[in-house]
Amino acid sequence: MATFKEFRNNVKPNWCPGCGDFSIQAAIQRAAANVGLEPENLAVVSGIGCSGRISGYIHAYGLHGIHGRALPIAQGVKLANRELTVVASGGDGDGFAIGMGHTVHAIRRNMDITYIVMDNQIYGLTKGQTSPRSAEGFKTKSTPEGSIESVLSPLEIAMSAGATFVAQSFSSDLKQLTALIEAGINHKGFSLINVFSPCVTFNKVNTYDWFKENIVKLEEFPDYDPTNRIAAMTKIMETGGLLTGLIYHNQTRKPYEELVSGFRPEGLAKQELQLSRDEFEQLTAEFK
Amino acid sequence: MISQLSWKIGGQQGEGVESTDRIFSTALNRLGYYLYGYRHFSSRIKGGHTNNKIRISTTPMRAISDDLDILVAFDQESIDLNAHELRSGGVVVADAKFNPTLPEGIDARLFAVPITSIAEELGTSLMKNMVASGASWALLGLPLEVFNKAVEEEFGRKGAAIVEKNVEAVKRGSEYVLELAGGPLEDFRLEEADGKQKLFAIGNENIGLGCIAAGCRLMSAYPITPASEIMEYLIKKLPKFGGTVVQTEDEIAAATMAIGANYAGVRTMTASAGPGLSLMMEAIGLAGMTETPLVIVDTQRGGPSTGLPTKQEQSDLNAMVYGTHGEIPKIVIAPASIEDCFYDTVEAFNLSEQYQVPVIIMTDLQLSLGKQSCEELDYDQIRIERGKLVKEAPEIEEKALFQRYELTADGVSPRVLPGVKHGIHHVTGVEHDETGRPSENARNRQLMMDKRLGKLAKLEIRDALRVDAPHEAPELLIIGMGSTGGTIDEARARLEKGGRKTNHITIRQIHPFPTDLLTPYLERAERVLVIENNATAQLANQIKMHAGHGEKIRNLLKYDGTPFLPSEVYQACKELN
Repeated sequence: MATFKEFRNNVKPNWCPGCGDFSIQAAIQRAAANVGLEPENLAVVSGIGCSGRISGYIHAYGLHGIHGRALPIAQGVKLANRELTVVASGGDGDGFAIGMGHTVHAIRRNMDITYIVMDNQIYGLTKGQTSPRSAEGFKTKSTPEGSIESVLSPLEIAMSAGATFVAQSFSSDLKQLTALIEAGINHKGFSLINVFSPCVTFNKVNTYDWFKENIVKLEEFPDYDPTNRIAAMTKIMETGGLLTGLIYHNQTRKPYEELVSGFRPEGLAKQELQLSRDEFEQLTAEFK
Repeated sequence: MISQLSWKIGGQQGEGVESTDRIFSTALNRLGYYLYGYRHFSSRIKGGHTNNKIRISTTPMRAISDDLDILVAFDQESIDLNAHELRSGGVVVADAKFNPTLPEGIDARLFAVPITSIAEELGTSLMKNMVASGASWALLGLPLEVFNKAVEEEFGRKGAAIVEKNVEAVKRGSEYVLELAGGPLEDFRLEEADGKQKLFAIGNENIGLGCIAAGCRLMSAYPITPASEIMEYLIKKLPKFGGTVVQTEDEIAAATMAIGANYAGVRTMTASAGPGLSLMMEAIGLAGMTETPLVIVDTQRGGPSTGLPTKQEQSDLNAMVYGTHGEIPKIVIAPASIEDCFYDTVEAFNLSEQYQVPVIIMTDLQLSLGKQSCEELDYDQIRIERGKLVKEAPEIEEKALFQRYELTADGVSPRVLPGVKHGIHHVTGVEHDETGRPSENARNRQLMMDKRLGKLAKLEIRDALRVDAPHEAPELLIIGMGSTGGTIDEARARLEKGGRKTNHITIRQIHPFPTDLLTPYLERAERVLVIENNATAQLANQIKMHAGHGEKIRNLLKYDGTPFLPSEVYQACKELN
């Protein structure tokens, strides 16, 4: 069985020193080992942005696609070979701005994919513009007088889109984050894990200290029941979305792949392509 | 006896025009006639004039006719809008309900049949289509058993009682009109057909069939006219072969999902029309850059923007050839017949994997939606070629990467699928080295660009040009693409009769442009006429740019939403100087 070291490669990430994304990379590697994966059975699909580079920093099959489209690509990979473990990843701009349409529909579709968002509330790679996750009043290069748009709550959106697994974590909390990614991979269906990943270069508001002061950990509420949808929504709203842990988990809904009529358990990629003469003649007979 | 005839049915959309046409023509196909259909419809579901025209012939015929022999009208509007097409001595079968009249100056026989009343007497006005098609069939004096069998198949799943009622409706319509006309129309009696078994399908269905035959097991697509029938066909068929169709949230998701699935090893396609193709452009670039196979069908319709969504046009050529930023290798092929729709689709999947490039199959609305006779498709011509796809990767050092973008003589690198041990590599739209890792190195950049862009240097698809060139040095060479071939053939036959030496070439490989193949024909022709359904002569411009001879080239352009008629092409050729 592979250890987390086997999911490392020799590439030095081009993230800034102190970036939250380093810990997320480590957590994915640990979680992959902990759930018993081999590197060749993991596909990491990522979008564009600082965080999008993650697929090149993990020793696994990696696809670094185009901005905002990690999820449709990841769903294509999963449909082609459901035996693979598919992790999609990207930033808050990738998933909640340019790719928001795909995020909502990927949640609805509920394929067995784990989606990890590295949420730094700002655009890093383009050097500091506002993101849908930036708070109102947040000053950036593109909002010099402060953001005048309301902040987007991905957790509430995920809940209302029918998500079956919603979690949130903080990059400093490696233990919790690793456990949540493991749970996400083990969950049969789409799992959204939003991770606060401070941008040390461009975001001087939502810093490590700021998160430490403001985050509420769900483990502090022993009675919290993550299978209760109403309670989950209430908790998200009560905390202004600043909570971490497993927020919602629905194990009753089957993943997309199990609901597709005629879909076989072995990967489509492994199936015979050639039709028999009989099969072909049956198809053409319908046009006579 | 006559060897061909044109029949049209008109009414309000949603009134049964489609089903009348379907049953009437299915029965004719079974008798072995060659059929070629044209649908006039609007972007709405109920209401608005719609009509279906069908050409019936004892020999292969791939064009709409200039005129009309029989018009079946559910309302006066259908007569008013279409009567001008009737040839002298033509026939109108109209519903007596609206007291039909012929416009002034129209020399035709009018048979008013109580279509609605007969249908209502039998239980429901829904059976209007059966009364009308029965009356049409009877006027042609064709055997009723064949027609009734088609009716049985159409309604069989609804039970024997329904079949019986519909057969009765056919009988009543037929009896009524025969009494009015005093028997079948002797001047409309068709010669017997060759009786050869043929398929009767639209281009989109043959593309769907081609996908399945090619081993495509996944389609991701967003509905759009006139592409949706491909999706609808595959939704019905793919589950039987373990596959599925995903209706995505938009065309960006459709194209990128197809890329993900092709990357992971399933032959996957998407299909759309102009607006969807525009949305797919960035994804097409990703497929080109990452050398991931991808098959896209663009069923062209009237553009720009929403344009004329239910009308004929061939104006996406530039978008297909030049679309996406930067420079990638890409193949654009244009089926030119219903049979091509099938064989080219199979070839598109092979080319896409052999060259690891996006392949766009270019059709147009008339080819995609016009229902027509199709020669039997040959199972033995189906080949599945996956190029340099490897099942296993040689053992390599721990943490070393598979050389997915290895620089090779032909520019195509071995490809391995996720899940294969020792096959791990990186895939990115960022410029990359042989392992797929990002690289901004100038030398590497140049090597990789040359590798990708060089892959198609020698590409020549099956029938890259379809050549009908009996003359060594013709007065006229007509060039077209897509659905216009049959119309040009007909015009050409008339020109030859008049003594004009005319050659005809259909360009099927649109990109990379088959310059070397075309040049000798251009050189030997006195005059070249390029015929296309767009306003800016996109095909002619490709020819001029690649093969020159601009001084000889003239254009016949039509962009009013309707396909060319043989008479229009004939007239333009005659007047050409």
